[in-house]
Parts: sequence; C-alpha cells; structure tokens
Amino acid sequence: MNKPVILNVEHVTMRFGGLVAVSDLSFLARQGEITALIGPNGAGKTTMFNCITGFYKPTVGRLKLRHPDGARYLLERMPEFRIARQARVARTFQNVRLFAGMTLLENLLVAQHNTLMLASGFTLLGLFGSPHYARAEAGGIGKARYWLDRIGLAERADDVAGALPYGAQRRLEIARAMCIDPVLLCLDEPAAGLNNRESAALNELLLAIRHEHGTSILLIEHDMGVVMEISDHIIVLDYGLKIADGTPVEVRNDQKVIAAYLGVADDEVGQAGAEVGL
Amino acid sequence: MPRDSEPSTKLLDVPAALREAALAALVAFGLFVLMIGIRTEQGPTGALVLSTRFGLLAVMVAAVFVGRFLRALTWRRTNAALERILPDFVTAIASGVAPYAAAAFLVFALLVPVLFYSNRYLLDLAILIVTYTMLGFGLNIVVGLAGLLDLGYVAFYAVGAYSYALIAQDFGLSFWICLPLAGVLAAFAGLLLGFPVLRLRGDYLAIVTLGFGEIIRLILLNWQDLTGGPNGISGVPRPSFFGLPFTAADHGFAATFGLEYSPTHRIVFLYYLILALALTTNWVTLRLRRLPIGRAWEALREDEIACRALGINTTTTKLTAFAMGAMFGGFAGAFFATRQGFISPESFTFSESAFVLAIVVLGGMGSQLGVATAATVMLGAFELFREFEQYRMLVFGAAMVVVMIYRPRGLVSRRTPSILLGQRAAAADPHVEAPQ
Amino acid sequence: MEYFVQQLINGITLGSIYGLIAIGYTMVYGIIGMINFAHGDIFMVGAFLALIAFLVLVALGVSSVPLALFVVLLVSMALTALYGWTVERIAYRPLRQSFRLAPLISAIGMSIVLQNYVQVAQGARVKPLPPLIGGGYTLFADNQFAVRLSNIQIIVVVTTVILMAGFSWLVANTRLGRNMRACEQDLKMAALVGIDVDRTISLTFVIGAALAAVAGLMFLLYYGVIDFFIGFLAGVKAFTAAVLGGIGSLPGAMLGGLLIGLIETMWSAYFSIEYKDVAAFSILIIVLIFLPSGILGRPEIEKV
Repeated sequence: MNKPVILNVEHVTMRFGGLVAVSDLSFLARQGEITALIGPNGAGKTTMFNCITGFYKPTVGRLKLRHPDGARYLLERMPEFRIARQARVARTFQNVRLFAGMTLLENLLVAQHNTLMLASGFTLLGLFGSPHYARAEAGGIGKARYWLDRIGLAERADDVAGALPYGAQRRLEIARAMCIDPVLLCLDEPAAGLNNRESAALNELLLAIRHEHGTSILLIEHDMGVVMEISDHIIVLDYGLKIADGTPVEVRNDQKVIAAYLGVADDEVGQAGAEVGL
Repeated sequence: MPRDSEPSTKLLDVPAALREAALAALVAFGLFVLMIGIRTEQGPTGALVLSTRFGLLAVMVAAVFVGRFLRALTWRRTNAALERILPDFVTAIASGVAPYAAAAFLVFALLVPVLFYSNRYLLDLAILIVTYTMLGFGLNIVVGLAGLLDLGYVAFYAVGAYSYALIAQDFGLSFWICLPLAGVLAAFAGLLLGFPVLRLRGDYLAIVTLGFGEIIRLILLNWQDLTGGPNGISGVPRPSFFGLPFTAADHGFAATFGLEYSPTHRIVFLYYLILALALTTNWVTLRLRRLPIGRAWEALREDEIACRALGINTTTTKLTAFAMGAMFGGFAGAFFATRQGFISPESFTFSESAFVLAIVVLGGMGSQLGVATAATVMLGAFELFREFEQYRMLVFGAAMVVVMIYRPRGLVSRRTPSILLGQRAAAADPHVEAPQ
Repeated sequence: MEYFVQQLINGITLGSIYGLIAIGYTMVYGIIGMINFAHGDIFMVGAFLALIAFLVLVALGVSSVPLALFVVLLVSMALTALYGWTVERIAYRPLRQSFRLAPLISAIGMSIVLQNYVQVAQGARVKPLPPLIGGGYTLFADNQFAVRLSNIQIIVVVTTVILMAGFSWLVANTRLGRNMRACEQDLKMAALVGIDVDRTISLTFVIGAALAAVAGLMFLLYYGVIDFFIGFLAGVKAFTAAVLGGIGSLPGAMLGGLLIGLIETMWSAYFSIEYKDVAAFSILIIVLIFLPSGILGRPEIEKV
C-alpha cells in the first residue's frame, strides 16, 4: 500500500530569461520515505530545490505540500521563511551555509528562533528575565544538545562553527535543519566531499531521522552509494526533464538513465537519441 | 597582506630595492607635483595667485623614495616577523585583558567628575566621548551585530535632537518625558527609513542610507518654519536635577543641597546623565545578544540566506535592528540638544555618520568594549591634535584605510559567544579565529 | 516653451558631466562588485589638477586658450589616472579577499583622505576661474526669453559623445575591452584563462579616473568655480545615474547621467532649487527599491 503523499510537484517549469532550467517536472514524494533527486550536473536539481523551499518562484506549476496531520500548503506562493516556519520544510545547501562565526550551540539555537522568540514575548519578557523564557531557552538548549549528541559533536558545542572540519560542518547543517522540527527535510548533496566512513555515518543518520522522527527526506545526491543504499524512491533529471521515476532497482537498470550518466559513443548517438525519445 | 611586488630572493638586494623606490618616487612625483608643488591662493583681486612649494615637493618625494627603499630591503624579514608577532601579541593581550579592562573602564568612567572636577575642559571632553560612545553602541546594533551598513545614522541623531528641542520648547514637558518621546520618534523614523530599503544588499543599502541621512539634513536645512533652517533652534530647555534648576537661585540645585553655586554642577549632572544613558544602552545590547533577537541579528550578519531557510523573517529582524539603533541614536540626540541648548543642521552632516561608523568598525564590530575604546582613543587623539585641525581628518581617513588592511576586524576582534554549554572549554587556541 | 528648451540644453550639459563620472562607477562595480566611494573625489582632484595645470601654463606664458586647454586635458587625465591607480593599489587591492564591508569602509576612508588632502594642499576656500570659453548661439527667442546654446555647452556635449564612442569601441573591439568584459563575467575564470586580472582591474580604475578628469575639466570650465567638496555631491549623483541606467552597463551610465542631469535641472527650474539635491537622493532610493537593475541593466539572479 502506498504511503500518503507529502509533496506533490505538479508540472513545474522554471525559466530564467531564455534558459529553461526545469521543464514540466512532476513527481510525488511520500511521507516517511527518502526520495532522491539525481542527474548529471546542471540537470536542474538544485533549481528544483530552490523552488520547493521558496528561494525561486517557479514560472509555471504547483508545489503542494501535505502534512501528516492534513494541513496543506501551496509552496509556490510562499516566501522561503514561511515555508520553513509554517510548512516546516527544512533544507541544507550545496555549499554549506553555517553561521561560521558563531558556536555550534548558537547555530542550533538560532534554528529555534521562532519558538524562542514567542517564549521571550518578542523579546520584551526575555529582557526582564521572565522564568517562562528561561524555561523555553533551557528546552532549546536541551534540543540542541540532543542533536549535537546525535551527530557526535557534543564536546565541541562551544567551538566556533567555522573551525569544524568539512564533514562535521555538513552534519551540523543537518542537525540545524532538524532543529526546526521539519516534516520534510531537503538535503542538497549531503555526501559531497565525504569519505566512505563519513558517508556510511551519514546514511545511518538519515535512516535514523526517518525512522525515529518520521521526517520525510528529499535528497539531491551524486554519491550513488548513498542514493542506492537509503532511497525508497528515485527521480532522475537531465537537462531539466524527468527521465526516470521509480525504485532504486528500476532506475539502476533504466537505459535512459545510463545513457544520461555515461553518455554514448558517437556512432550510437542517433540510436540513443531515438531510444530516449529526443 | 599587501603584496605589491615579488620579494627579492637575495637578503639585501639593493639594486632591486632602488628600482622599486625609484618607481614609487616617480609615482609620488606625479601625484604631488601639481597639488603640492603649486599652491593656489585667492589674491587681492579675487583671482587666483600661484606660489611654488618645490622644497616641500622634493622633501615628500624623497621621503617616499627612502621609505620605499627601506621597506623593499627589509620586506621579507620585517613583514614576516610582524605578521607572526603582531596578531598573536595583540590578541593575547586583548583577550587576557578584556574583562579587567571593561571593569577598569567603568570604574574610571564613574570617577571622572571626581578626578577632574576643576577641569571644565576635560569634563566637556568626557561628555563628548561618552556621547559618541553611546552613538557607537547604537550603531553597533545595526552594523556590528546585524551587519547592515548604515551610512546615514546621523539622521536618527538629528531626529532625536530636533524632536526633543521642539517638544520641550512647544509643550514644556520635562526632560524625562521628552527623552523617551524623542527616542520613540527616532525609532519610528528608523522604521520608516528602514522599511523600503532592507531588501537591498550591502553596498546599495549603504548608499541609500547615506541618501536618507542627507535628505534629512537638507530638510532640516530648508524647512525654515519647523526647524529654523540654517539658524537652527536655540533656547532648548536646559536640564534640571529632577525639577531643581541648576541656577544660583534659592530653589536651585545648589541652594537645596546646601552647596555653593557652581556652573560645574550642571556639567557633572550632564556627564552622569549621558553615562547612565550609555550604560543603559550597553546593558540592553548585552541582554539582547543573549536573546533570540540578538542571535538572529548576528546570524543575519553571518548568512542571511541560511536565516531565511530556518524560518526567520529577515525583514522584521532587520527592521528591529534598525529601529533599536535609531532609538538609541535618538536618545543621544535628545541629550545633545539639552546639553548644547542649541542645535543646527551643521551638527548633522555625513561626516558625523562616518565618524560613528569608524568608531564601530575600528573598535571591532559587535564588541561593546571595542566601541568604547575606539571612541576614547579617536576623540582623545582628535583633541590632542587640535592645532593640526586640517591634518586630523586626513590622518583619520588614512587610519580607516590602514586598519581595514591590517586589522579588518578592528581592535577587539574576537567574538565572545552569547552562550556557552561549558562542557569542554572552547578550544583555548587563540590561533583559531572564525574565517573571513 | 523657450524656458523649457533652455532647461533641456542645460540639463543635457550637466548630464554629460554626470555621465562621464558615472562610467567610472559602473565599470568598477561591474568588474569587482564594489562601489568606489572615492570616485567622486577623484573627479574633484581632476578638477583641481586641471585648474592648477592651466594656471601654470598661463604663468609660463602660454597665451592660446585652445592649446592650453588641450595640454591641460592631457595632463589632468594622466595625473588623475595616476591618482585612480594609486587609490586602487593602496586601498582596494589588499582587500579583495576580505569581508564584504572592508573595501567600502576603506573607500570611505580614502574619500576622506582625498578631500582633506586637497583641502590641506590648496586651502579650503573656493577656487574661481574666469570664463575661458565665451560666446555661443542664440537659437531662438521671443520677446521675453532667448534660448542660448553656449560654446562651452557644445564643447562639453561633443567631448562627452566622442569619449563615449571611443570608449565603447575600446570595450567592444580591443583586447583590453575583452579582458574587462571577461573579468566582469567571472573573475576567477578570467584569471584561469590567463588574463592578468590585477592589471585589468587597475586599467579599469585608470580609465574611470581619466574620464572623471575630463568631467572635472568640463565642470571647471562650465561653472567657473570649484572647491574640495564638489566630489561628494557629484559623486552621489553620478552614482545614482549609474544605478538608474543599470549598473555595469556603459550606455546605461550615459543614459542615467543624462536623465539625472535633466531631472535636476528641471526640478531646480520648475519646483525648488533648495531641494534639488533631495530630488537626486530620492531618485536613487526609488530606483534602488523599485528597479534595482536599472533601465538597461541585467537583473541579478541570486545563486542560492
């Protein structure tokens, strides 16, 4: 039985002037599943992410988000901060975007800004030392601690985020995203630059997130080891078009996908083109 | 580190150094020959008369030659050594000394009127320093914490001053009512000015705020009916000690407390007043840093896009920073008005904004202690070199450039985290500084 | 009607001067993404150098005004270019890798240095110059008002057009121009394909400064009086012009310059002369809010 849909991408096209980055893309992501978006560089994956998370406004199309509790959101109409705050879609970035000058703990507390802001009475109560805020802050620190433990960086809580090694920075970014209690977590190449050991640890973390928190995950990735290992569902893009959509096994054996990734020999171009439907 | 030329591999490569020096001297000659070598002055008929200063020109070119020569010779060794020692040395001292410095500063500040009671000049200077420190604290919220480059901060100073003057004069309310009102009006101005422009990126935001500052000044200059135009507003009510005026009258401050009348009483009161205002600003800022809004400001400075991706409404966050900074600027303006008794648009030029910005940047963006230190040093130096009035600004501008190149994070460059988990002390490695 | 045409002529002349300065802003912003806050003061330095050079020539006995002006033009362009080069080397190049605000603050510092340097070197009082180029043409007149096109106005506009054309040719057809365009697109890549990025950037500043020098000379001839503060105001207005026309776009800079010149002149003539600077600043703000890429600029897409 199919799990309920959490994200419904409907006929999304993204045009930048004359350039079409994403062309009539539609796919479904289901609750509690790990959906991977793969494809050669420039295929439009990050562009799609930016549309989902509100950094770009799609030229055409709908992005329907449906929470497990039934709440619905039309993401194409919402600004990015509202998507994070109300629709609870969190994301990480291709080039890690941490608050480099701030400590790990502070990074995770900033993620809980909206909750803490409310508890501080929009600052006024907090300014005068309300115990309500003190409790909320302690709760925030507790959550931060929890995630720091999960990613194995608890002893470095007071270190400056910019001083972390690359792999740790990526993990911190994921932890920070989780601090907003998202229903959908969008990860942009989380395994980039990680060695085998770190990738395995990442897999574990993502599977645990899915299992323990029920968070749905949408993943852009080039590392096939990670993708094939943990994804429930894979969508393949090439030049902004969807060329495959299915389970890892289905996608792995799809001719079009192989052609897109490996390219074809010169004398087979015509035949390959015909196969792919160009 | 500026790297103009390939360092010579020989230890004392005199010919190469000579070439470099000659080139530099040639450039210097080109720059100075007309501007320094010739002096234009308005003659008796009003037309310009020329005089030559070739001696000065020669000296300056020679100085460039010699300086460059020495630098080229010793470049590799001294620069490398400086590079190693200086940051460590200064940072080590700064972090070790910082907490004590703050306390010492505070104690000294409280005792200034006691120490310098008889020296009216120094008391006035102290008031000036604390006023600028307060302005620095206010701008620090906008530039230092939130990272929004505001080049028109003087606008809020002006709004505060003029609001105070007009309200106090027209409605005759006491200082303690007018002050908050002035602050509120300034905050409102901050919202008004901030709202349309906060979508703009760094450089553009800077220029637009500059524009706003100038617009405010031009309006103050030209709206004669309201602001008195270039003549400004005089007769701004002077402060009283909670109702007791600082006069020699029987119901005056001196008489009530059984003291002999002295004009210094008012000055001392003013000093403690601005000190209280500055300390309040400081306290509020430190508290806010520990609250979600303060952290959001700093996160905004670090990476705005990441903030938005975490659900933070960066527009309202920026607006809050702007409004808070404006409010404190307004308070300082109100104080300025009551202290002087007279205000005019001349006091609110772009140079003021630049000066306060310099205090914040040179002091170390975000650091309160740095701001106070920078204000003291800069104003102190300004006063010390009062005779060299024209050269002061020149040195000031040059200092801004030099500090940006060699110590871009300002005097106090280490950021203290707003909260510590304390499990294992932050790696006590002074060499680890945040990148950028 | 006649009054309007006169204002049109005046506005175009003023706009040409702004346009020349605006080119410097737009080129520098295009290539390294920074606002050269000190550029307006480079213009001011250019005006002063032109003045001094002219007076020196007169003192040396040169009596032919056209010859003197020609020499002055070359000398002031060369020396002002030197100033532009020096400012870039000292205050901006070391900060290329630094954080976002550093070059801007350094530029503000440099602006203060230049203003006070001139003030110290030449005194704070205004410097007048008797009108050198007189005469002109009366275009048409009714009994109340005569529309005059003065020779100096013709010279300003013609010089500007020639320089604009020459400079556009340079950018489109020479190696330097190609290098500049490449650096504008992608600095790192340009370096990787072997373009001497430092040199290209230096030349950008140099050319911008030279054009500002021409503007300075024109200003001196047109208004007859200069002081150390003209750079600030002219700088902001020229920057507004660059933004209005589309920052990074050369024709945009000229277009913006003309528009600002016209708006300022019309505003002074028909509304209020005291608030003409307010008009300029307000336009800047309005353009940046509602049309940040300007009229001819390309919209910038933020890469996330």
